[in-house]
Amino acid sequence: MSDEMTLYLQVWRQKDSKSKGGFQNYKVENVSGDMSFLEMLDMLNENLAREGKDPIQYDHDCREGICGACSCMINGEAHGPGKKTTTCEMHMRHFNDGDAIIIEPWRAKAFPVLKDLAVDRSAYDKIIMAGGFIEVKYGNAPEANSMMVGKEVADFAMDNAACIGCGACAAACPNASAMLFTAAKTTQLSLLPQGKVESKKRVQSMIKKMDELGFGNCTNERLCEAACPKGISIISIARMNREYMGTLLKSDY
Amino acid sequence: MSGEIKKLDSKQPDGPIETAWDRHRFSLKLVNPANRRKRKVLVVGTGLAGGGSAAGLAELGYQVEAFTILDSPRRSHSIAAQGGVNAAKNYPNDNDSIWRLFYDTLKGGDFRGNEKSTYRLAQCANSIIDQAVAQGVPFTREYAGTLANRSFGGVQVSRTFYARGQTGQQLLLGVYQSLMKEVGKGKVKLHTRKELLELIIVNGRARGIITRDLVTGELEKHYGDAVIIATGGFCKTYYLSTNAMASNGAAQTRCWKKGAYMANPCMTQIHPTSLPVMGAYMAKQTLMSEALRNDGRIWVPKKKEDKRDPNTIPDDERDYFLERRYPSFGNLAPRDITSRAIKQAVDGGNGVGPTGVAVYLDFKDAIERDGYDKIKDKYGNLFDMYKHIVNESPYETPMRIYPTAHFTMGGLWVDYNLQSNIKGLFVGGESSYEYHGANRLGANSLMSAMTDGAFVLPVTVAGYLGETFATLEKVDDTHEEFDIGMKVVQGRIERLMNIKGTRTPDQFHRALGKVMFDNVGIERTEKKLIEAIESIKNIKKEFYADLMLAGDEKMNNELEKALRVEDTIDLGLLMARDALERRESCGAHYRMDFVDEDGEAQRDDENFQHVAAWEYQGDDTEPLRHIEELVFNSIQPSKRSYK
Ligand code: FES
Repeated sequence: MSDEMTLYLQVWRQKDSKSKGGFQNYKVENVSGDMSFLEMLDMLNENLAREGKDPIQYDHDCREGICGACSCMINGEAHGPGKKTTTCEMHMRHFNDGDAIIIEPWRAKAFPVLKDLAVDRSAYDKIIMAGGFIEVKYGNAPEANSMMVGKEVADFAMDNAACIGCGACAAACPNASAMLFTAAKTTQLSLLPQGKVESKKRVQSMIKKMDELGFGNCTNERLCEAACPKGISIISIARMNREYMGTLLKSDY
Repeated sequence: MSGEIKKLDSKQPDGPIETAWDRHRFSLKLVNPANRRKRKVLVVGTGLAGGGSAAGLAELGYQVEAFTILDSPRRSHSIAAQGGVNAAKNYPNDNDSIWRLFYDTLKGGDFRGNEKSTYRLAQCANSIIDQAVAQGVPFTREYAGTLANRSFGGVQVSRTFYARGQTGQQLLLGVYQSLMKEVGKGKVKLHTRKELLELIIVNGRARGIITRDLVTGELEKHYGDAVIIATGGFCKTYYLSTNAMASNGAAQTRCWKKGAYMANPCMTQIHPTSLPVMGAYMAKQTLMSEALRNDGRIWVPKKKEDKRDPNTIPDDERDYFLERRYPSFGNLAPRDITSRAIKQAVDGGNGVGPTGVAVYLDFKDAIERDGYDKIKDKYGNLFDMYKHIVNESPYETPMRIYPTAHFTMGGLWVDYNLQSNIKGLFVGGESSYEYHGANRLGANSLMSAMTDGAFVLPVTVAGYLGETFATLEKVDDTHEEFDIGMKVVQGRIERLMNIKGTRTPDQFHRALGKVMFDNVGIERTEKKLIEAIESIKNIKKEFYADLMLAGDEKMNNELEKALRVEDTIDLGLLMARDALERRESCGAHYRMDFVDEDGEAQRDDENFQHVAAWEYQGDDTEPLRHIEELVFNSIQPSKRSYK
């Protein structure tokens, strides 16, 4: 097993959404390289709790990179230095003994800080609510194999559907744009025959909602793509833009 | 409290099993569409079962309020299921059928599940696939454009539908999108970061809940005409498990303490192929998909405490113990049997790795046979994940695996309508005990949660609302039961905040987990279970004497943990009691004192062909064990043999 490390953390502490926050310094010892980033924070929290101090608040649940709850800016990078990893999947072996690590919450106007590292990402739910679905009710769905979908199309839809809604894309973007998140959903649904029918309405209302919520514009910085733990490509943004332009230019028939 | 042992009736319909659900549905009362908006359902939990039923009921026109302790319904733990979802579509024409899926599920559960409910499950499964496709779930497909199937979990037909290794995620997102559609229309009121702390019962009927807002710390009253609990399983009783941190069982335990029966709580599936424990800091264990057993061979060195590099150990010094003990199923033996065999190999001193608590899962032969590329194609993602966590490449060195808690077959007791013994309280998905008996088959959990959410609860809850439409008394949050509930909850919080001891909630949780895994885990004995009960009682005593709670009453993860651990301890105690009283081995409940001459599980149908349903009797009194007899008319229970 790897040697144990001592790390010097600077963690963003903020009492609630109304208070002003600031960095606090912590020293953590006996960090094993096999620990995950969150396990390292757990250890720090347990130490804080034992000293009767307020532990650091952060979101997490599945701890295996699928629920999208965890969300830390680590040394200025969304989910830290690892490629295609979430914070919970990051292992401490990526750091060295004596390292200083700066840990912040997602920074985006549409994601207000609730406490410390936990932010409110309900804006993403609202974008989905605006049209990120297929308008079908429970009950009489047609026989599944009555509709053929080519493997390449299904695979491309799946690449986009893999989004975990963590918010890293908006957090990494200098404009705090939610284009990658939104495009992943419009692309998944409009690729599939069952979702194509509503694609025009969907893309319009999702983009409108995104703007309303205070997410910025896309200026092709590509940082979203680099931060995405699921490797979703900005090709989807181009695809969404094309789809959106299409809705402006031509009528339906 | 009555104090009397009851025989429970789960209201399974009479007559032929194939038409039971249809006939039953027809017998349920309907509510006029114009009247539906006058009825409100509270749904706790927003995974496949909760989110599905919330969306389904809203589509029908009922008012719905949905609650999740997470920041979004899209994070519910259904998301983590990897392998797939079963349905007997028989697309590959390999002689699958609803009857076979029903039979496999019942037999896989070692005949401790309900026959008619299980049949309904197998019947509804086909509609799940249709529904999910309509919702835009991008299942994996064949080149011709049809849906792909694979065989999963040792089943001999290919009935598993999948979306890469993220089937749960895709099904959940389908349900989540349907739910958000209804939230957008104002039909569902969504409450995120809110935790159920108390169930409110008025005149014997579930009428509301008290929640805590996890951001502001405020306690809130919510009232309705029916309550659905769909908060998932409770593997966090073991502390370490493959489950998410929120799978703690606290919501069910809170309902149990208000009189809802808890059924077969001892039935826990310990999954054989998880990553081994790497250090005391570990918060969860990662599952390595069961699919790996299709090509990987499980072995330990024949020599005890053999510390050699596994690649240097010659074949004749290796014990491929599953292939040796279960020649016809080999490495594909069912989960419970495999977990047991692994534990026995480790306990015998043949375990591997730095801790000695692991066995090898080796792909060397598969790579030699099929080539590196083919194996990479099949398992590349999983191999990468392993490498990422353990820092070793499974292409070069065998994986190290060990069993860990994965799924709870037990849960709140329900009847055929998924209604608990408390009227108006419904339970779906992993929260209830309904379908899986003593062991759950792979890819059956998504099937059951989705069926409950999409096809059963919207029908049966509506039936209840129809039946009570004219008579249900009008109750809102001004009813005194809500004030009483608020005081109880406030009292609990104050009590915990005022202990001011020296140990954190996690310390108690880890102590509980250790007792649970060692004594109420893969192998159980009377002695170990009695010890467990004593140890857990001690943990409980110490918890109330020495808990230290940092932070305040607002957004505070420590307080959340403490409130959950308090209930998790009681649930662990009940699991141990249930395991002690079930004096037989069945499925995952393996009592070393009830085995046949070969050391295999010995079921006792004469005395234990029943569901145990526990009734809470107060904090210092032993709970009562009621019984629901299981009747099998369609299939005669046989011995599960995988030799
Ligand atoms: S905790 Fe679920 S993705 Fe990190």
